[in-house]
Amino acid sequence: MGAQLTQYLLTGVTIGAIYALVALGFSIIYNASHVINFAQGEFVMIGGMTTVSLVDGGVPLPLAIAAAVLVAAAVGLALEKLAIERARGASVVTLIIITIGASIFLRGLAQLVWDKNFHALRPFTGDTPIAVLGATILPQSLWVIGVTIAIVAALGWFFARTLAGKAMLAASHNRLAAELVGIRVRHVLLLAFGLSAAVGAMAGILTAPITLTSYDVGLMLALKGFAAAILGGLGSGAGAVVGGLTLGILESLGAGFISSAYKDVFAFVIMLAVLFFRPSGLFAARSAERV
Amino acid sequence: MLEVRGLTSHYGRIPALKGIDVEVREGELVALVGANGAGKTTLLRALSGVQGASGGTVRFDGADITRAAPDRRVALGIVQVPEGRQVFAPLTVEDNLRLGAYRRGGESAAATLERVYAMFPRLRERRASLAGTLSGGEQQMLAMGRAMMAQPRLLLLDEPSMGLAPRLVEEVFAYVHRLKEEGRTIFLVDQNARAALAVADRAYVLETGQVVLAGTGAGLAADPQVQQAYLGL
Ligand SMILES: Nc1ncnc2c1ncn2[C@@H]1O[C@H](COP(=O)(O)OP(=O)(O)OP(=O)(O)O)[C@@H](O)[C@H]1O
Ligand SMILES: [Mg+2]
Repeated sequence: MGAQLTQYLLTGVTIGAIYALVALGFSIIYNASHVINFAQGEFVMIGGMTTVSLVDGGVPLPLAIAAAVLVAAAVGLALEKLAIERARGASVVTLIIITIGASIFLRGLAQLVWDKNFHALRPFTGDTPIAVLGATILPQSLWVIGVTIAIVAALGWFFARTLAGKAMLAASHNRLAAELVGIRVRHVLLLAFGLSAAVGAMAGILTAPITLTSYDVGLMLALKGFAAAILGGLGSGAGAVVGGLTLGILESLGAGFISSAYKDVFAFVIMLAVLFFRPSGLFAARSAERV
Repeated sequence: MLEVRGLTSHYGRIPALKGIDVEVREGELVALVGANGAGKTTLLRALSGVQGASGGTVRFDGADITRAAPDRRVALGIVQVPEGRQVFAPLTVEDNLRLGAYRRGGESAAATLERVYAMFPRLRERRASLAGTLSGGEQQMLAMGRAMMAQPRLLLLDEPSMGLAPRLVEEVFAYVHRLKEEGRTIFLVDQNARAALAVADRAYVLETGQVVLAGTGAGLAADPQVQQAYLGL
């Protein structure tokens, strides 16, 4: 029983880390634009699929990963430049609909570039399970957890310690004041899409050896990541991490102790419950504003 | 230094500025007074480049900047303290100030930061507080300090005393006066026409998007028309 619980928790933390990365991607763009980017899952897919095809083509894994992140970031920048920026002045709802269109388009494009099959990426460093407290963990899970910690730390440092990061926060909070101190607000939006796509791509690459990847893998991951972001409070970095881990662990416990048939249901039940009872998220920061 | 000729601006199809001619010379403090909705804020927004001009020209040091982006104007030294203060509420006081020096790269800003803290000691005391938790008066100091961080050559002040208690209004005008003594060039909008005209070298009166009177601060303060309409005499 104890070992079984440990096993479920380890599994939960691993998928939770992936959800956290996807949720962070949502939050970065939401903060910069108040847009919920429904193409976030496609950034994840592009990361995984590009890495798989480069590795299959003989490119060394680290190089393939770097290239895949760059490709996803380029797609993110293009989405902002070609679609979001063109619609400048449009309502947030219009922009969200544009991202839904982009999501469908990118999935269609992925079918053409690749195919409709599932693809596996080989684990980064073998697949010999490691024993932990009576349970086991795959080396790939350690990669997932380790890289997620590194990305979260890097993002935390960027937003809390660098002037560029603070300028992004400032622009999202008060666009007029940001323009008046000389921040180029349009560049902030561009940077947000590039950054968010890169983070999403890393999620797709890390998880490809565990769950396989395909042209439509982004659909479910985006929904789970969105549920995690809502749970933690959209726009909060810490909330995205806590929301992702909570969702991952609940899902894993639910699948283990209740039934794996309902695995995906938990995310939606949680999302609906949060939207219904606490729309600002469980961990939403108290507003510092004084009116 | 600043030369505005025939400037027009619209909100949609509604004209807000109908051909403004205004001039500010180096070292001057020029005031702009006018009733609610006259277009004072719109003019300052157009000077900062956050509001489009539909006609006319804006020249700064002789160069045409009518279509220049806001960040370029900040780099040239045109810096605005906006109406309603507009501080970055979720960031600390010090981060707000550092962002004021954003166009200068932030790093070279340490000396300027010291000078701003020397001018507004209260901001130093509250440097680690979130800007949103400051009182109205402190937020006004912060907005002015943030603008000073950009090392403005032309400071645009939009209603710096709005919504403040009388004692704080006096304090704000004392700061404006001090900046003028330091030789800053200032373009000041304020609903407190009496105080604004008292510190101004020259002033303009704006009515429904048009300049209707211009003169020295003292001259306008003595004008019967101005006294009746804006000074409540
Ligand atoms: N965002 C906007 N959209 C449409 N019309 C606007 C907008 N902002 C201002 N206006 C209109 O433009 C005109 C000028 O407004 P502006 O804010 O420049 O006046 P003001 O002189 O600054 O007034 P106040 O003393 O109230 O600050 C007013 O008629 C106002 O209703
Ligand atoms: Mg105004």
